[in-house]
Amino acid sequence: MADEPAAAGAGQDYPTIDPTSFDVVLCGTGLPESVLAAACAAAGKTVLHVDPSPFYGSLYSSIPLPSLSSFLSPDPSTPSSTAAAAAASGSHTAVDLHRRGVYSEVETSGAVPEPARRFTVDLVGPRVMYCADEAVDLLLRSGGSHHVEFKSVDGGSLLYWEGSLYPVPDSKQTIFKDTTLKLLEKNVLYRFLKLVQDHIAATSGAGDAAGIISEEDLDLPFVKFLNQQKLSPKMRAVVLYAIAMADYDQDGPDPCEKLITTREGIQTIALYSSSVGRFANAEGAFIYPMYGHGELPQAFCRCAAVKGALYVLRMPVAALLMDEEKKHSVGARLASGQDILCKQLIIDPSYKIPTLDVPFDESDSNCPRKVARGICIFNKSVKQDASNVLVVFPPKCMVMLFLLVDPVSILDLALEEQQVATVRLLQLSSNLAVTYRKANLTCRFMAYLSTPCTDASTGKHCIKKAMDALFSPLDSDGSQGQLATTSGSTGDVKPTLIWSCVYVQEITQGTSSSLLSCPMPDENLDYRNILESTKKLFTDIYPDEEFLPKKSAPVHDDEDSDSGE
Amino acid sequence: MHGRPRRPAKPVDEEAASAKAAKLRDLQVQVLQNHHSRTYTKEAIGLSFKLLEINPEAYTAWNYRKLAFQHNVKELSDPEAIRSVVDDELRVVEVALRQNPKSYGAWYHRKWLLNQKLTPVDSKREFGLLDKLLKVDARNFHGWNYRRFLARFMGVPDEEELKYTMDKIGDNFSNYSAWHNRSILLSNLLIQQSKGFESKQKIFSEEFELVTQALFTDPSDQSGWFYHLWLLAQISTPDKPQLIASWPCNGAKLSSSFIKEKVDQNTLSSIWCHSLKERTVPIVLYFNEPVKGLNQSSVKLKSYLEFGKDIHWRALSMTDSGYSNCWTTYLQIANECSTSQQYSVEVSIPCSEDIVSRSGSNYDSPVHFTFTIELISDSQDIDLFDKPVAWNCSESLQSYGNCEPIPFDLLKITSALIEEESNWHFERLSEQIDLFRELPDDNSKFVKLTLARLLLACAAMKSCGRSLIERKRYCDEALGHLSDLIHLDPSHKQYYEDERSSVLMDKLTCDMETFMKHCSVQVQPNSVPLNHVQLHGLSLTCVGFAERLMWVQVLDLSHNSVRSVEGLEALQQLVSLNISNNQISSFTALEPLTKIMFLKVLDLSFNEIGAHPIDTTRYICSSPFSHKIEACEAFEQCQKKNINVEEYWDAILFFKSLKLKQLDIEGNAIASKENFRTLVMELIPSLKWFNGECVN
Repeated sequence: MADEPAAAGAGQDYPTIDPTSFDVVLCGTGLPESVLAAACAAAGKTVLHVDPSPFYGSLYSSIPLPSLSSFLSPDPSTPSSTAAAAAASGSHTAVDLHRRGVYSEVETSGAVPEPARRFTVDLVGPRVMYCADEAVDLLLRSGGSHHVEFKSVDGGSLLYWEGSLYPVPDSKQTIFKDTTLKLLEKNVLYRFLKLVQDHIAATSGAGDAAGIISEEDLDLPFVKFLNQQKLSPKMRAVVLYAIAMADYDQDGPDPCEKLITTREGIQTIALYSSSVGRFANAEGAFIYPMYGHGELPQAFCRCAAVKGALYVLRMPVAALLMDEEKKHSVGARLASGQDILCKQLIIDPSYKIPTLDVPFDESDSNCPRKVARGICIFNKSVKQDASNVLVVFPPKCMVMLFLLVDPVSILDLALEEQQVATVRLLQLSSNLAVTYRKANLTCRFMAYLSTPCTDASTGKHCIKKAMDALFSPLDSDGSQGQLATTSGSTGDVKPTLIWSCVYVQEITQGTSSSLLSCPMPDENLDYRNILESTKKLFTDIYPDEEFLPKKSAPVHDDEDSDSGE
Repeated sequence: MHGRPRRPAKPVDEEAASAKAAKLRDLQVQVLQNHHSRTYTKEAIGLSFKLLEINPEAYTAWNYRKLAFQHNVKELSDPEAIRSVVDDELRVVEVALRQNPKSYGAWYHRKWLLNQKLTPVDSKREFGLLDKLLKVDARNFHGWNYRRFLARFMGVPDEEELKYTMDKIGDNFSNYSAWHNRSILLSNLLIQQSKGFESKQKIFSEEFELVTQALFTDPSDQSGWFYHLWLLAQISTPDKPQLIASWPCNGAKLSSSFIKEKVDQNTLSSIWCHSLKERTVPIVLYFNEPVKGLNQSSVKLKSYLEFGKDIHWRALSMTDSGYSNCWTTYLQIANECSTSQQYSVEVSIPCSEDIVSRSGSNYDSPVHFTFTIELISDSQDIDLFDKPVAWNCSESLQSYGNCEPIPFDLLKITSALIEEESNWHFERLSEQIDLFRELPDDNSKFVKLTLARLLLACAAMKSCGRSLIERKRYCDEALGHLSDLIHLDPSHKQYYEDERSSVLMDKLTCDMETFMKHCSVQVQPNSVPLNHVQLHGLSLTCVGFAERLMWVQVLDLSHNSVRSVEGLEALQQLVSLNISNNQISSFTALEPLTKIMFLKVLDLSFNEIGAHPIDTTRYICSSPFSHKIEACEAFEQCQKKNINVEEYWDAILFFKSLKLKQLDIEGNAIASKENFRTLVMELIPSLKWFNGECVN
């Protein structure tokens, strides 16, 4: 849980840190930094972990709703470093560090429902963890699971298809109960799931070796494989976007470059199916940390602290300390003016990296990846009787209308543009303690949306479109449910949007050199890619050390039982 | 509980197991001791609990507890005290069920307790227990049994229980118990005509819809197919018993002899009936489903002839259930009557409450038919068997003159009443066929088998005129599926072969035109013309549609793969039977033949009788062959004549009840045994020809 961010730069009394030399200094408490801190501490290194903010999590944090806008668009006048570059002391040169804007196109609308402080929002949303994914294993291995609780996304997944929400049939039972599928579609879909299950069982050595899908098929684009299995367009959309979580259009007339292979698709399905039923008290495949995703970095920080890492919040790094050739960093100058020497410096990706002689951040120059995100608060669930659900808008499911004004003919040209990327939405209800439920008052639901994009305005447009598809806007006079009187049946009324925020976030990958930078929150639904690159960073620094070995967990680790609820 | 691989026991387990066994033995001894000494003290009862806690299968301990409970509860009068005793007992059961949720003893003990009706049943507790257990294993049939018991005991409406089965099917449709309970509940609701269950058609349409959802989702799951089979049976079995064939048929003319001149003049109009010489008139009635209750009052006879007072209808069936498709009686003509005069016999079966089917429906399609009898006192007594009957398989059938066998159409008395309902049935069936034809089957045996069954159910509805062509088309398609199944599922090969055989028979006999190719009137030199049917070399394995063969007097089934002759008992006119070169493996498999009164010629050569050390027929068919009083008498008789009864018991029983004139049995393992010939001679004194040789 994040604390109230204290007014920045209010002439703090910075503590003096002793000792002044560490094996590793990390700045920023995002999830990758925190995991690295825990891993380094577990490997017996001395660790200093600082964060300029008064709370844990950095770009991965969950923050109270009123603080959101100041976090997304920080006041540029606030000096990021109080102690300006002092003269080079001794043998090293100091290079000033500055924060940079990670977020753009921030746009909020609607009134924040009161009491606003009781709403906590994730910056990395929509995000969940597969019950069987690496993040959960890491939590269990490191003992971080003792510091965080989870709830399951029990409402399952919905696919936005032909203008309505369609529950994703992902198991024998859901296929059986689905009333919209034709008999043959049921047969084909279950047959496909069985094929994948057999393959998974066979590759893990548990099943019949005859069930293995041939290498040739595994290298095929997944959509081709699905076609071979005779899946109908709707079923393909279900498998590709709602189960295999493909981001880009796989099924278009001209194939996009980001086609996932059968191998990748099946990997995700395998993860999905091993997630279902891993924990007795988690109903679906996904779990969500109670009190928000900000809990995760905090849990790892606690693990690191248990192993002896030193934590200082509200402590920005003002400058890098470079060696004479300006090739390697040898330490950091903190905002307090204290110089800390270290063998390895790891810096929050929100810092602008000064031009160094080392090749760095090549992705920053040309067309960086972006992700458009949205957060909204509304009055009722998008699916009846379900509180936590995942909604997937496959590519091209929404028609995008752009109104262009031709300067010559002064004619309005309506241009249709295809929605190229998947939009995902995660709805959470008050049972996750992120939204506030007042007694005798309408329940509030919160949803996170995201879609990858290269152009910020397109991405933003997609997010808004998806919101429009699911929610009806709040009337000017503030009355809700105005549609209820016109449409007649109250059951069909869309939820009313109360408050929303859309923003676009840049994505940079983690880089490793003498100066390490961790990956930013990506466009994915889970942490798999982020943790993978984090693990890679660790092995780059300490090739001989094991990444969070099992023994690093505290002795009272009582197996999987406590990570569910 | 299901589909989990068995793990080999660890060596550590063994040590623990032996310790446990020692403890168990000790407990068992103590409990038994208490049981014998009728010690019902608290400590003694506690010991039995300890035993049941470890081993809920110790049935004696449960019984001991029942006695102890009864003994102790007698002395109690305070309802609170009784309640606590009952509660304790219920808890013991729960503990035992935790150890083994499938313990027969524990479940029974609970039922017994409830049936004592000492305290009001806490339904919340009982259903809660069931919910818990069925959550752990939704297919625990003990749990389902108990649930049915409880629902009845507590008077829970069937509708509610039906909803519960749907919930369980929704959780996981691979649940045979839930489907099964559904079939029971639906049957009850339909019989009671409960609200919302008045229309069978509506309910079954919905159920078909439901089960096909499951079948299409996972065609390899068996439970849905079983339920589908039940549904199919519900719409394809007749609601009411009906008479479908009789012998003699309506308008038939029976004659005790025949006039040679008439034969030569091709004016043969009557059927020679062997039994008339003995002044006996046989009547055979064949129903569409097994019925019981045929007697003098339910079947009315009217004639100028006087019959022996005691008209006894016999069920022609291999089982002792009392129900049979086929019933017969032999009327004894009592009065003197003039020759060359025709007497008519009228048979009528009115609506009757006596005649009921297995499902309890009464017979309510009145039938009336008439046949005539011509008694000719014969001066020249023809001996049919002065020469051995020669079977000429290779020779094509020669029809004798233009006289046909019995006009086939006459055999059908109730020309398949097309009810309004059967249209609906047919539509449902066609719908299902179309559905499953589309289901990509991956050679799934269930799909093929169900398709075959659906097709045959459709075929059965097409029973006259032009629709017979459709019937044959259905048969052909079904035959294709059955042939596939024989290869696909070799472990059930024999079942599919029998099915195929029956369909083949249907195809051959369903219309006159096809059937005629196999029929002729055979005239042996110096003999009467006999209705002859030749069905050899068709790879038949069993006999089907016997109701169409009841007029047959000579039947050639040689060179098939016949394993069972069940069905032939309906052929009361049969005089000669050739089942040579088949796969008959024992005399018990031939038991139906013992029901044929006038069978004279039997060719059993080149079968497998005696070749198999174990007679599987005895286990497959619940034949009462060896369990009859007559059997004992026959055995005693044989023992006196130094015949090895143990070795030949089935041969003794078989031959004893036949009055054969001619028997061929060479090419069977048993025939080469020593003494066998003597045995046959001893048992069949009437025998004239044995393996082609004259017996003298």
